[in-house]
Amino acid sequence: MRNTALVADLVTEFKTNGRIVIVGASLAGLRAAETLRDEGFNGSLTIIGDEKQEPYDRPPLSKQVLKGWVKADHTLLPRLRKVDADWRLGEAATGLDRANKQVLLASGDKVPFDRMLIATGTRARPWFNPKEAELEGLFTLRTADDAAKLQAALAAKPGRVLIIGAGFIGSEMASVCRELGLNVTVAERGDGPLVGALGGVIGDIAAEMQRDHGVDLRTGISVQSLEGDAKGHVRRAKLSDGTTLDVDVVVASLGSIRNTEWLDGAGLAAGFWGVACDAGCRVFDVNGVVTDSIFVAGDIARAPHVLYDYQFLVLEHWDNAVFGGQVAAHNMVSLEPDRRPHLPLPAFWSGQFGVNIKGVGVGPFGDEIVITQGSVKDRRFAAAYGRRGRIVAAVTFNHGKWLEYYGAMIERSAPFPPPPPGYDLPDGDMKPMPARFPDPRVPTGYPDVVLTGHDPTDRGAEYRPKKR
Amino acid sequence: MRIVVDLNRCQGYAQCVPLAPDVLKLHGEEALMYDPNPPDSLRLQVLRAVASCPVRAIIVDEFDKKGEKA
Repeated sequence: MRNTALVADLVTEFKTNGRIVIVGASLAGLRAAETLRDEGFNGSLTIIGDEKQEPYDRPPLSKQVLKGWVKADHTLLPRLRKVDADWRLGEAATGLDRANKQVLLASGDKVPFDRMLIATGTRARPWFNPKEAELEGLFTLRTADDAAKLQAALAAKPGRVLIIGAGFIGSEMASVCRELGLNVTVAERGDGPLVGALGGVIGDIAAEMQRDHGVDLRTGISVQSLEGDAKGHVRRAKLSDGTTLDVDVVVASLGSIRNTEWLDGAGLAAGFWGVACDAGCRVFDVNGVVTDSIFVAGDIARAPHVLYDYQFLVLEHWDNAVFGGQVAAHNMVSLEPDRRPHLPLPAFWSGQFGVNIKGVGVGPFGDEIVITQGSVKDRRFAAAYGRRGRIVAAVTFNHGKWLEYYGAMIERSAPFPPPPPGYDLPDGDMKPMPARFPDPRVPTGYPDVVLTGHDPTDRGAEYRPKKR
Repeated sequence: MRIVVDLNRCQGYAQCVPLAPDVLKLHGEEALMYDPNPPDSLRLQVLRAVASCPVRAIIVDEFDKKGEKA
């Protein structure tokens, strides 16, 4: 009985006088901070972010911002409550000293913590040739600053825009270019747009959609080099089929790089694939031992997921940042019996070419697809993905209201092909076909969901304590 | 003011669109596009739009941010 009282005292003491540092001041970091205060954490709270802006929303950047409707600095996130934090914006974290429990900043400052949340997210993968990357007129898109510059370049009516990479963001940008009446070429190394996330069957439909809207889509093509004029402005692109293209604006939309370098040497299971953690957002060290004081949320959190054979999943999805931040924060101020799991049913959306594409589950986990409802021709349909006789994901084009129906089946691991809802039967026969995902070992450049397996490349573990 | 629409939750009912047409628009048949930081003068319109959403997907700032440093 006395022990119970002691533990309760510890929680009260931590909530009163504890020190929490959140590294990363975007969606996950903000929602985590709000949850900490909601849960009665009254200690000191520091939020560190490398961008100067206060937390803002990124999905509008490739859509309403590029279109010129909304200013790039007008996507600030609504605040759900006061967080009363010490905001250190424009300061990058450069290191983690676990022994002394300090976050090291670029300025040389050290910020001490009792518990720390990693929410540093990702950055845009830069153009591979550093010299060409200096060219004027070459852009990437991740931050509000990026969006402001690219929007200005598009508003100047360039003769042709080249988008390299036809993932979700590349495709959304191509859609905006066409809405602005700009000539746009999309060069995609894979077989079609969106194939990394949705497979070749959907990729073919997305390709047709792009071409119908006047996009010069070139698949199976990579861009080998970029050339500038005398003033250092990009003017030509050399493609892998030997042709050249005259361009005025180039956007490298090559996926993201996870911001984990600052954790190098800290002995955490952090690296290329993200930061490994348990389902309660607690970070593993390199040996797979769970830490007590370090948590992770958002785009770089990599946790085993019960629905997907306990593979470690990283999800660069909006609601994963929200829910992950909230669960991590809750668990940071809770003891064992009260901790909660973060086991999201992955969900995403993308607006492009006037079509609302939405999905649930993890498509690339499956190998078959079946069109279950609607009309592919009218681009209003639903499709389900399966693996070994169970449904693992679904995607809709302008059919979002049906997504819950499929989501519920995915959560129950219902049979594949799923029973048709008895409404809005599709044009063709409902025969499953190969979903045509690229080989997961071939880098696609733009995976927004990564099935990382159990990381066979990680050889940092100490096998068995050595007796001396 | 600030809003964010949870577009996973949004099902394109578009009840909100006529109530705050300068803030919330449809892109095609189903995809919602919105101004995340509309002028305060439209607050009443936006709050009506928030209340009209059958799936409560529109999130607005809950407090006056004055006094918060960032």
